[in-house]
Amino acid sequence: MSEAAALSVIDPGVFSTVQDAGRRGYQRFGVAEAGAIDRASLRLANWLVGNDPEEAALELSLVGGSYECRAESCRVALTGAVMPADLGGRPVPHCAALRLARGERLTLGPARRGARSYLAVEGGFDLAPILGSLSTHVRSGLGGLDGRALATGDSLPLRRGSASPDAELRLSEPDWLPVEGPVRIVFGPQDDHFTERARRDLVEQRFLVSGRSDRMACRLEGASIEHAGDFNIVSDAIANGSIQVTGTGSPVVLLADRQTTGGYPKIATVIAADLRLLGQRRAGEPVRFRSVTLEEAEAAWRDAEARFAKLRLRLQAHREPGELTAADLLSRNLISGVVGEF
Amino acid sequence: MQQRDSAVDGTPAARPGGRGGLRFLPAGGNALVVELGAGIDPATSDAVIALERSLAAAAIEGILETVPTYRSLLIAYDPVRTSARELERRIVELERPGALQRGTCRSWRVPVAYGGRFGADLEWVAGRAGLAVEEVVRRHSAVEYRVYMLGFAPGFAYLGDLPGELEVSRRAEPRSEVPPGSISIGGRQTALSSVPMPSGWQLIGRTPLRPFDLRRPDPFLFRAGDRVRLVPVDEARFRELEEIAGRQSLRPEEVEAG
Repeated sequence: MSEAAALSVIDPGVFSTVQDAGRRGYQRFGVAEAGAIDRASLRLANWLVGNDPEEAALELSLVGGSYECRAESCRVALTGAVMPADLGGRPVPHCAALRLARGERLTLGPARRGARSYLAVEGGFDLAPILGSLSTHVRSGLGGLDGRALATGDSLPLRRGSASPDAELRLSEPDWLPVEGPVRIVFGPQDDHFTERARRDLVEQRFLVSGRSDRMACRLEGASIEHAGDFNIVSDAIANGSIQVTGTGSPVVLLADRQTTGGYPKIATVIAADLRLLGQRRAGEPVRFRSVTLEEAEAAWRDAEARFAKLRLRLQAHREPGELTAADLLSRNLISGVVGEF
Repeated sequence: MQQRDSAVDGTPAARPGGRGGLRFLPAGGNALVVELGAGIDPATSDAVIALERSLAAAAIEGILETVPTYRSLLIAYDPVRTSARELERRIVELERPGALQRGTCRSWRVPVAYGGRFGADLEWVAGRAGLAVEEVVRRHSAVEYRVYMLGFAPGFAYLGDLPGELEVSRRAEPRSEVPPGSISIGGRQTALSSVPMPSGWQLIGRTPLRPFDLRRPDPFLFRAGDRVRLVPVDEARFRELEEIAGRQSLRPEEVEAG
């Protein structure tokens, strides 16, 4: 190859970053976790191109942007939010792998359903991990491409120079991971800082996603949640999905890019299995919370993991449906997994 | 700082049943908060650090990460491999008298240039405290601080306890950016910053050391539980050390303390 293989950013969309499963183990040093907001969609995108499920992909918010293949060929897959996609007039199926030839441009418009799409490339991006992860945390300037969101003219180096000869995979119907329904929460760690009425309002009222939401927090509008007294606590660590209530009474659900510590009381925590539901809602869309017990939350995570593992059986080759068995797929993925590790 | 921090405001919320006892607070189904005290004090901080150390030594299946703060420890876990109930059982076992790992802590001597262009609010702080500038520097650098926790930004260290007479309110107008290594005061705490960031705290000095430097094998200078002594240096010495810190990974003097 005369030129290093790359995916070129023609138009970065609204806010696009490189994200993997997050930066694990450094919150104790004040480093935000970051990582894909919708981890299930990240993993699915990676599976579709034969990657390790936690390989870094592009997280595209609201409007996807335009990307050009600057390699002999490259295999990509789109999951998460559904954005109208154009590839020189060729149809671009959702939750399916497709091959881009050199010079071909994949262009993604405004999301019609969901808020965040994931674009995985076979083999992954050839970027250096920072503190064990490729996830971008813009606020602290760490990870991804120079610690920032993608910009026009950026070139994302690829680990593979061309797509493998494997058949293209797609997710059988429905070609979408659902994000509808109530968002489950567990009360605590500081629900005792709130009135009984506040606890009731949180699960009985309907909230709307605020336009000021981002990767750090999903801000909600609606009922004001009452503090029982002072709204300060001794600063403590913040779990992913913590629902903080600011002085004005607005609930704020802290997401992947949240600060590691803070001093607002947290009335409840969105369970990990449902974080993607919240992350895929756009400004103005409704959110209802449903309270579950800690044991139910743990069971929900185990269920989600088990169901997700089964999703792999719903991956089929594009053109020859029914020809590949589950065993074929598993062995294919194992082989690709080896290829994907450099 | 932009974030709210009651510790810094000096108004820790009173919590029933907090002091001395162990409280398990759920944080969703993938994280558990273990609260070991009610406020900000060295004994509670010691208990947090000791529990974290014991958990690490016990190598408990399913724990993904622990985050120590003033009075609690957050444990991120994988519910496929463990559960809050199981973790609580193990922690109660570890918390039995004599079972905790007390161990040693690290102690640092950190050079600081006070006042002038390094600490624009030093004179204001002195005026507020009714002390001479030199006396503020002497008192601020006379105590051994404890790193209560790191948070807010990579490597950002919350130090305490500040001598009571140096407690001052925050700035009415936060600064849009202060450089890494800034030493500031907010309420009962003093902080050592690590990355360029906005700050509403009173800026009194700066260290040439880099609390967060990805070029070092261990990018973070401090961790929760460390002890820190601030050593006043003049501008010439600051420049010298800054130049060295810019070229190589400079570490301050490290002492094992009991």
